[in-house]
Amino acid sequence: MSTSTTSTTSPKPERRTLGERWADLPKPVKIVVWLAVALFFYALPLLNPPLLSTPESDFGSVMFTVASYALVALGLNIVLGYAGLLDLGYVGFYAIGAYTVGVFGSLHGSLPFWLLIVLAVCISTASGLLLGAPTLRVRGDYLAIVTLGFGEIIRLVALNSEWLNQSRGIQDIPRPPDITIGGEPVFEVPRLLWDGLTATVDLGNTSAFLEFGLLDGVPYYWLALSVIILVLLGDVLLQDSRVGRAWEATREDEEAAELNGVPTFRYKLLAFAMGAFIGGLSGALFAARQGAINPETFTVQLSMLFLAAVVVGGQGNRWGALVGAAVVAYLPERFREFADFRVVVFGLLLLLLANFRPQGLLPPRRARRAQRAGKRLAELEGTEEGARA
Amino acid sequence: MPDLAKDTAAPAPGTGEALLRLEGVTLRFGGVVAVNDVSFEIRRGEILGLIGPNGAGKTSCFNALTGVYQPTSGQVVFDGRPLGRRKRYQINRLGIARTFQNIRLFQNMTARENVLVGADSHHRAGVLNSLLRLPLHRRETAEGNRRADELLELMDLGHRGDDLARNLSYGEQRRLEIARALATRPKLLCLDEPAAGFNPVEKQRLMDLIRRVRDMGNTVLLIEHDMRLVMGVTDRIVVLEFGKKIAEGTPEQIRNDPAVIAAYLGVDDDQLTDEEENL
Repeated sequence: MSTSTTSTTSPKPERRTLGERWADLPKPVKIVVWLAVALFFYALPLLNPPLLSTPESDFGSVMFTVASYALVALGLNIVLGYAGLLDLGYVGFYAIGAYTVGVFGSLHGSLPFWLLIVLAVCISTASGLLLGAPTLRVRGDYLAIVTLGFGEIIRLVALNSEWLNQSRGIQDIPRPPDITIGGEPVFEVPRLLWDGLTATVDLGNTSAFLEFGLLDGVPYYWLALSVIILVLLGDVLLQDSRVGRAWEATREDEEAAELNGVPTFRYKLLAFAMGAFIGGLSGALFAARQGAINPETFTVQLSMLFLAAVVVGGQGNRWGALVGAAVVAYLPERFREFADFRVVVFGLLLLLLANFRPQGLLPPRRARRAQRAGKRLAELEGTEEGARA
Repeated sequence: MPDLAKDTAAPAPGTGEALLRLEGVTLRFGGVVAVNDVSFEIRRGEILGLIGPNGAGKTSCFNALTGVYQPTSGQVVFDGRPLGRRKRYQINRLGIARTFQNIRLFQNMTARENVLVGADSHHRAGVLNSLLRLPLHRRETAEGNRRADELLELMDLGHRGDDLARNLSYGEQRRLEIARALATRPKLLCLDEPAAGFNPVEKQRLMDLIRRVRDMGNTVLLIEHDMRLVMGVTDRIVVLEFGKKIAEGTPEQIRNDPAVIAAYLGVDDDQLTDEEENL
């Protein structure tokens, strides 16, 4: 019984998975497809597709929320999915990003927006390093406890510190600067208005490129989506490199990695800092969109929701994290009428998922490969038994 | 395999100066003395066997010289430098690589990726290089891939590169561990019972492999239970019992050493007197 004779000896051509077919496409085709997908997502809130659209809240705003969750999920996926570090206080970095923008943009200063973003990212990354340096030396469970505490501490500091305005929070947080020509937007994009399955162009309801107003959530969504695309690009490049391999090896077997020349502590700290970077970035965008924040936004529950996004989607798979974030952020908005039950429904969904698909909706490459190999083995054994019978 | 061979100069087996020296190494865990004042040296280019009955302290010795444990007293000198309090990955980068008695591969990574992790030990590309795909990243990636190809081929794993480590057979996993260790460009390769669970044919093949690795210029430290394997492949042998060194010498000397026969082979008393009479 040999496991090495798989595709070469099997008589019938092997059914190829979607992923394998995709991998075989020529590069220009891939680029065009990617561009089309990106364009679709940019246009999504304006297309307003009937079943997808949220009847009870502004679709553009919902899409921004989804996007900011997606960004958080991407960051947490690096920490949890790649490096295997259970971070239960991820909301802390989100809060630090948001509060940095609030404090230096409104409460105690009025720095320009882009500088605020840079500052927010720097401070949250620094806090990630500060938290990680002592705590990443402890293993698994302890790390979860420490990070859980960290998330709460950040919230409690905001709640109790006079300097941070306590429970009143921060208002009048600056919006991103508009991009206009002579005070007029560069162009305006109309929405589609659906009546059943027929669509009309609604010229009276447009989104301006690029004006960050109070009501229209679409420009913020565009901004967040652009950030997501950049982060995704970095994520792809980083995972397929020495850094990504080091993370994976550390997660698989820390001691073996160390003895094969991987400075595991340094790489864990790096993952932590990267996660904090992205979390802080998302928090900063969130604050800029909301215009107002207060400590009660950043509860442990939000941490759990972020975690759920990554776990539901499939930890270790960036696309899974995105899907998970969409599920976690979008479904409650779509089905507002059941909003009261959403925690129950969520719990049920998680239970079902844990039972039937523990690796998540879109499991990472490694889990899928293992599954496929197992199936092939079973098939081989099956045919051999069949031949003997 | 020219690229593999040129890593280290290859002196004649067993004649080189000491590559690694244990100087009075003692390892104590609470009241248990696992290794008791052990000194020996490994010479450049030789295959040294470390043998002894179960619980004799072989693996503890191993752990002391790969940095898993700090010796309670005594020191390990490698390539002229004491290991001191170096971290484990630093010791690996100095040039000591090891395999494990219980296979410890990165199970959910492919065979090739396992070897690449080892090859990365001497690479320097960090986040910036990887993100921007700078020349250093590209050069190292190409070098790592070439090395992985060579090593997988050397270990008869060429056709298994894209399979997950956990889907390899037992023997393949053991060989992959050796490939991964070799990828870190060690001066000293430490194998902890690499033939455990092998049948005679596989053992023979492994012996050939170990010799080939040595002939490429590596120094090998081998822990092994199988006497035939040890006698057949090693240049010198160190014998431990109850944490102490009881003998050291060529396979021939060890084979005829009464203390070793008594301790390791566990022969009856009357047979032992026979042996002594023969001497």
